[in-house]
Amino acid sequence: MTMLGQGSFTAVAMSGGLDSSVAAALLARAGERVIGLSMLLHDQSAKVRNGRCCGSLDLADARRVAQQVGIPHYTLRLDSEFERQVIAPFVADYAAGRTPSPCVRCNTFIKFDAFVERARRLGASRIATGHYARIVPGPEGLELHRAADQQKDQSYFLFELDQSQLAAACFPLGGMTKSQVRDEARRQGLVVAEKGESMEICFVDGAIESFLEARLAREAGTPGNDAAANSGGAEVVDRSGRRLGTAGPYYRYTVGQRRGLGVGGGDRLYVLEIQPAEQRVVVGGRDQLRENGLLGERLHWIGPSPTGDVEATVRIRSRHAGVKSRIESLPGRRAAIEFESAQEGVAPGQAAVFYQGDRVLGGCWIAGAECA
Amino acid sequence: MLRWLGERWGNPSSIHAHGQEAREAIEEGRARVAMLLGAAPQEIVFVASGTEANNAVLRSVARHDRGRGHLVISALEHPSIRATAGELEAFGMVVTVVAPEPSGLIDAGKVAAALRPDTRLVCLMLASNEIGTLQPVAEVARECRVAGVAVHCDAVQAAGKIRVDVAALGIDSLTIGAHKFHGPLGAAALWMRPELELAPLLLGGGQERRRRASTENVAAIVGFGEAALHAAAELDARHRHLSSMRDRFETGVRAIDDVRVHCQGSPRLPNTSHLAVAGVEGEALTIRLDLAGFAVSTGSACASGTVEPSPTLLAMGLSAEEALSSLRVSFGMTNTMAEVDSFLTSLAEEVSALRRLAPPVLAHPRLGRGGLR
Repeated sequence: MTMLGQGSFTAVAMSGGLDSSVAAALLARAGERVIGLSMLLHDQSAKVRNGRCCGSLDLADARRVAQQVGIPHYTLRLDSEFERQVIAPFVADYAAGRTPSPCVRCNTFIKFDAFVERARRLGASRIATGHYARIVPGPEGLELHRAADQQKDQSYFLFELDQSQLAAACFPLGGMTKSQVRDEARRQGLVVAEKGESMEICFVDGAIESFLEARLAREAGTPGNDAAANSGGAEVVDRSGRRLGTAGPYYRYTVGQRRGLGVGGGDRLYVLEIQPAEQRVVVGGRDQLRENGLLGERLHWIGPSPTGDVEATVRIRSRHAGVKSRIESLPGRRAAIEFESAQEGVAPGQAAVFYQGDRVLGGCWIAGAECA
Repeated sequence: MLRWLGERWGNPSSIHAHGQEAREAIEEGRARVAMLLGAAPQEIVFVASGTEANNAVLRSVARHDRGRGHLVISALEHPSIRATAGELEAFGMVVTVVAPEPSGLIDAGKVAAALRPDTRLVCLMLASNEIGTLQPVAEVARECRVAGVAVHCDAVQAAGKIRVDVAALGIDSLTIGAHKFHGPLGAAALWMRPELELAPLLLGGGQERRRRASTENVAAIVGFGEAALHAAAELDARHRHLSSMRDRFETGVRAIDDVRVHCQGSPRLPNTSHLAVAGVEGEALTIRLDLAGFAVSTGSACASGTVEPSPTLLAMGLSAEEALSSLRVSFGMTNTMAEVDSFLTSLAEEVSALRRLAPPVLAHPRLGRGGLR
């Protein structure tokens, strides 16, 4: 385990929300040397709003909390990194007919990479965040575990972390429940004690569709940009290729989605697949939504790579309960995953995260449903 | 000043004795501020900030001509001038921005060359708030006088540190603020030639000879006056103390590799030193120095406390990267030579720590892994 830099203090990532504020307060009250760092992730200077992790009012709250708990606080600009690593891939995923998971990328590339590096340059020996997850030493190195509060657990979003990132991180809320966290904020009189949750995508103001359309219109004219060139309506077809009607642009749809297809008919129809090149949305009945497995790419193991197949519970989206599965590693960091029972809504672009009990083994990105 | 935040409470517009007492306190302050500038007391308009004074002048000029005409500003100006000029431009005025030379100075000839028959105003600050360079205001004012164009001078950064004499400068209006020379926040003044008319920014009561409606901030004005009185009396001594610390610092800083003082050969304020620290992010250096107990700055900070490349340095021809590896060091009257020395030690430590820690961009740990989509 390598220490970061020469310093001996912890840099807490403070968003101005309840969780990271309590994380900072707990470390400061425990007598640790702590500084608060906020990240300016996208330019909000023209807008003032609250309730989102990046809103400028939230940065002001982070400053106030830092004052309250008596630690220095600074704001770092990470907006160009955030644009490159989170927003642009988010738009590209939709344009390619995938359903992106920007919060995973933000953790992997921003909070536990760019931010760690910036904190290290300031002399921090480690970082702390308000994530609900636990870092546990194990026989093969550090392990990532679910939080004590199963409702709040955020381990799914952290599956791409590696040993050095876990070694540099600390999650003070991992063993607490949300209500204990709020009680702690109230006990310490933090100004954010009654603040609500931020649930939406922090950089999208309003509907995702209008955000995407504005971005794609801006990018139109870029060579090879299919989505911008073909932003007309998509064809709605069934599995046999029969045309059922037309819908909005294909990037508005997500695998498993039922509403907004604009196609009548007696049966309830679900999106089964998106084919951006053909501008087609393939639909079918609920029974056709079930898949027996998936093909994954950019496979990542938090500990040493296993030899042979792995039995684990796989969650195929953040709110998925998980399904027992067999994971087979393939060359080129690919994986073939076979579910014990068929699953609905295997959406390319989402993360499939592997669990054994509370422990996160790793995960991969869904490339497609396995055609078994 | 503190008495006016406690036992004394009169509204200077009131007829009763308390009001008269407050009125007298303001007029004493006005005389002291006027004295600092070599002006007459009735030429001083008290306002709440330098930003307000700058806005008042530009907007008054614009309104005089129903929003048309031409405006010349230097690229070094404070945001209160640049942003206001930008808005007036959106409303229909034409704005010419004169860029500084690499010396950090505006070329008076370039200002003269920018004048047009419909030029209404030239704005040139006396001292840059970032790099501290002293601008050729008197020379520009001479050129403008010949052309019949008014000159506004933002002297917020200069007042109290160098002699500011409105007659010698030959300008038409000038802004100063109290807090730049040990006065309180919330007090500033606009000086104008008596024959000029100001279309007030704020309408209402008849305060400040109908040039600025609002109940006066008596305590801040009294403090402003006291600060002006002291600054006028101690100007030479302050100049000596500040410049000797600055010079000791700039001599010492030569011992640190690849650190350069911006605009060292140009006339500058006695208290400001602006450094180019090669290969070091100004943001990280500022934070490390703050953690070590030294308050310095880089670029210009926005409300959230993040760092932008300084528009001043960009206008001087520096790249964004160079602008972001700059550090502005200001010395105050309460600083000592011993503090200069310990600051030099910390600066050398933090610069070398950062150079050790910050890898070149290409060595970024993640670019080799995962890849970009």
